[in-house]
Amino acid sequence: MSSPVLEIVDLHKRFGALEVLKGINLTMHQGDVVSLIGSSGSGKTTLLRCVNLLEEYEDGVVAVAGEQIGYTKKNGKRVRLSEREIARQRAMTGMAFQHFNLFPHMTAMHNVMLGLIKTRRMKKDEAHSVAEKWLERVGMLARRDHYPGQLSGGQQQRVAIARAIAMNPQLMLFDEVTSALDPELVNEVLSVVRDLAKDGMTMLLVTHEMQFAHDVSSKVIFMDDGRIGEEGPPDQLFRQPKSERLAAFLKSSKFS
Amino acid sequence: MEIVRAFDAIWAARWPILDGIANTLLISGLSILFGTALGVGVGLLLSYGGRIVRFFVRVYSDFLRGTPVFVLILACFYILSVIGLQLTAFQAGIFALMLFCSSHVGEIVRGALQAIPPGQTEAAKSIGLTFRTTFFSVLLPQALRQILPTWVNTATEIVKASTLLSIIGVVELLLSVQQVISRTYLSLELYFFAGFVFFLINFVIEKAGRIVERKIAIPT
Repeated sequence: MSSPVLEIVDLHKRFGALEVLKGINLTMHQGDVVSLIGSSGSGKTTLLRCVNLLEEYEDGVVAVAGEQIGYTKKNGKRVRLSEREIARQRAMTGMAFQHFNLFPHMTAMHNVMLGLIKTRRMKKDEAHSVAEKWLERVGMLARRDHYPGQLSGGQQQRVAIARAIAMNPQLMLFDEVTSALDPELVNEVLSVVRDLAKDGMTMLLVTHEMQFAHDVSSKVIFMDDGRIGEEGPPDQLFRQPKSERLAAFLKSSKFS
Repeated sequence: MEIVRAFDAIWAARWPILDGIANTLLISGLSILFGTALGVGVGLLLSYGGRIVRFFVRVYSDFLRGTPVFVLILACFYILSVIGLQLTAFQAGIFALMLFCSSHVGEIVRGALQAIPPGQTEAAKSIGLTFRTTFFSVLLPQALRQILPTWVNTATEIVKASTLLSIIGVVELLLSVQQVISRTYLSLELYFFAGFVFFLINFVIEKAGRIVERKIAIPT
């Protein structure tokens, strides 16, 4: 098997006195799709945000493609990398957010092009054609000249996904990408994510869409109070939960 | 006819009055220009400075905003010369208005940057942008649109405040008109005229501001 795309070893994260991640271990290989489920406050979004260092972590290792994210060891001491290094590392992963976070003063096209030009150092023409390709993939090419404010939530999210994925990341992070959407817009976004999974994109997602997690994932992780409560293939996890907590959680989220 | 006499008086004194108008424009323009440049610095330090820097800049800004412009002008004119800084009334006046302007612009800039949702910075980080690029490509363009209307407002305040320079002897529009009044005693008509010119200057500034605002508005 190839070396892991993501390797998390004994990850700890605190917000002041509150420990929100209490020793997480996770290994993902090329093409894996891992869904994090669990009640709010269980640490799933924090875990996701540690992978691209939107949250700092105190202990343990997060490594993408064999490279530890955010920190290095110098004379046995843990030191934070320079901002420039961290920026470079962040571009190894792509992220889609719950609230899309498109840049409102740029068209869909420019939203996708910005990272390509500034981070990937592409020429404008090249960035333009890469952006075009991905906007087409998410079905947004026709609206490339629209501003975020002129797009529906679902459309914005598809552009946001194109913006992340056009950077050609080794790993995509999805943070509750449908939670802020009206119910009728959820499917257009989920089908984009499904397509990416089918193409072999390595993805780590936080989701409340249990059916979707079941269908799309190679592995599902149930987060419980900062720990991995239970993990395994989706069928096993959803059909035969071992713990009371997971059973109760699934019942409350009405997975059928 | 008092009105006709007033027009005659204004016409007769057109050169000194035009000088006054030019001074008002120059004083306001320079104060706004320097004050904005300094104010952007103040705003950036308030937003991104370390704790100690922020503390001192906060004191600077709060002190200036809490002081009447009138007092600032007198202080710059009289106190600065006591500590050995010889400024003409014209320079001291601009200096005072610049300080006043910078404290307001500083707050406007800080507020505008703070109003941008944190998700914008996070999204920029997630595509590997450095802080510098994030600032210039993502934050500043959004902040500028926020800043513009309030900044225009501050600019008009400065134009109005420039009349206070008359008390340290700077012959701006108001003082040049007062000098005509002292010869002609047509105070009502001439004050009205001065008021009208100030209104005109600020009207143009506001109109221009609104045009720019519309031009750079984000389509929705």
